[in-house]
Amino acid sequence: MKISKKVEEIQPSGIRAFFDLVLGMKDVISLGVGEPDFVTPWPVREAGIYSLEQGFTSYTSNKGLYKLRLGLHRYLKTKYGLDYSPDEEMLITVGVSEGLDLVLRTIINPGDRIIVPQPSYVSYGPVTELAGGLPIYIDTTKDNFKLTPEKLAKAIDKKTKGIILNYPVNPTGVSYRKKELEALSRIILKHNLICISDEVYGDLTYDFEHTPMPALPGLKKNTVYFNGFSKSFAMTGWRVGFACGPKDIIAGMTKIHQYTIMCVPITSQMAAAEALVSGKRFVEEMKREYRRRREFVLGELNQMGLSCHSPQGAFYVFPSIKNSGLSSLEFSQKLLKEEKVAVVPGTAFGACGEGYIRISYASSMESLKEALERIKRFLSKS
Amino acid sequence: MEEILEILEKDARLTPEEIAKMLKKKPQQIRLAIKKYEKEGVILKYKAVINKDLIRDEDSGVRALIEVNIIPQKDAGFDKIAERIYSFPEVTSCYLISGTYDLLVIVEGKNIHTVSSFVAEKLSCLENVRGTSTHFLLKKYKEDGVILKHREENKRIAISY
Repeated sequence: MKISKKVEEIQPSGIRAFFDLVLGMKDVISLGVGEPDFVTPWPVREAGIYSLEQGFTSYTSNKGLYKLRLGLHRYLKTKYGLDYSPDEEMLITVGVSEGLDLVLRTIINPGDRIIVPQPSYVSYGPVTELAGGLPIYIDTTKDNFKLTPEKLAKAIDKKTKGIILNYPVNPTGVSYRKKELEALSRIILKHNLICISDEVYGDLTYDFEHTPMPALPGLKKNTVYFNGFSKSFAMTGWRVGFACGPKDIIAGMTKIHQYTIMCVPITSQMAAAEALVSGKRFVEEMKREYRRRREFVLGELNQMGLSCHSPQGAFYVFPSIKNSGLSSLEFSQKLLKEEKVAVVPGTAFGACGEGYIRISYASSMESLKEALERIKRFLSKS
Repeated sequence: MEEILEILEKDARLTPEEIAKMLKKKPQQIRLAIKKYEKEGVILKYKAVINKDLIRDEDSGVRALIEVNIIPQKDAGFDKIAERIYSFPEVTSCYLISGTYDLLVIVEGKNIHTVSSFVAEKLSCLENVRGTSTHFLLKKYKEDGVILKHREENKRIAISY
């Protein structure tokens, strides 16, 4: 059977085979995991269990449980001073991933261009293409992995509809200070672009306060803000995210959402609502732990001569392996075979990720210590 | 709480060098801080948390929680009599409690008889002890923040974006 041309044209990930190799191997220490090593805090899990006991097994409204939207309204208001109407400007989605798909399908006309700074999370390009758009990649490797206003301005043309911004960035851990965001926002406003802002790691910012895009002057009407429970509350498997934005865009997204997803599972939404109530202390505790691990990993990497910029958020470091003379994929394969440590080749996040690997420090100190010891041994051999 | 203490409370085996890396400080600074905590008695001891249920040993012992009612002494209050009680090596923990009794004493012994004879021959005979009520511990689920179970296996898939 012939599948559609559009789907056929989507490039399969070049490192699928490497992933299969990792998954097929035993006793591997994996620093390739893109999710917290903590389990969801107990009060949150307990709320999920309780909701099942109480018989909450039905659909919810398409937009999501009102209780949850109300909780999010409060959360965004207190934390960032953002005021999104729970009725018209908010949608609960199956993780940020679904939300990104929805927004791109909502705003893109065939041929519209979407700017994607790279290295970036893997889905931005393909999902843009599936929605009929054309991703325009900007290589940020020479600018400390940050999108500069100059490069953004240069990439914009008449067909540019929007930009997907993500910070703290998966895979580099880089984030932007308010000033840097303001500089970008002026260009976004000047060209009236839609800013799709994936801030799922926002709560995991270590060196300064995280500033959401819609909190910048004038940006709210141009921004669709995305966040979720996966990373900061350690709730990846529950699949709960949310989108906040101008009401016409949210209405468009809700239209697609109601025909494709209907609603996010009620158990997950109930648990998420509880996370907003009792999760803060756990988020703070996990954040402190991640920050310590970040320092530890950076210290070790620098000591063994893997040069690495200092990431400000998320739980990734993105060291250069150029000195090894190997490609990202070769380095990762060799490291896996010789020392049984799994990392993700930088090329998974765009061609410009060549020469880098992504190391996740969402692992216990014990595994980090052992894994870094093995990497050190690996480097001294080659 | 000081972050060094938070770290050590989780894993006391981390070296000053490792902690220094985690906190972006010099190892010497960490060493000095730990020394100071030890000297001040903030850090009292380092020990392993052992799940004794897994030791199939006849001598792994029994534990009892004993509620003790005491008559406070003039001038010394409860402290003096508490000291006489907690000084027995059989006593592993001793707390002054509000409510219907005064001291909660945790006693460890080789078997039920050793604990019983400790209560009958030592504890109850103390002059200011009015009465005791002994509860033998049947199963430990969680102790000092540690859930006493086998290590859990990793549930995450080994690689993901």
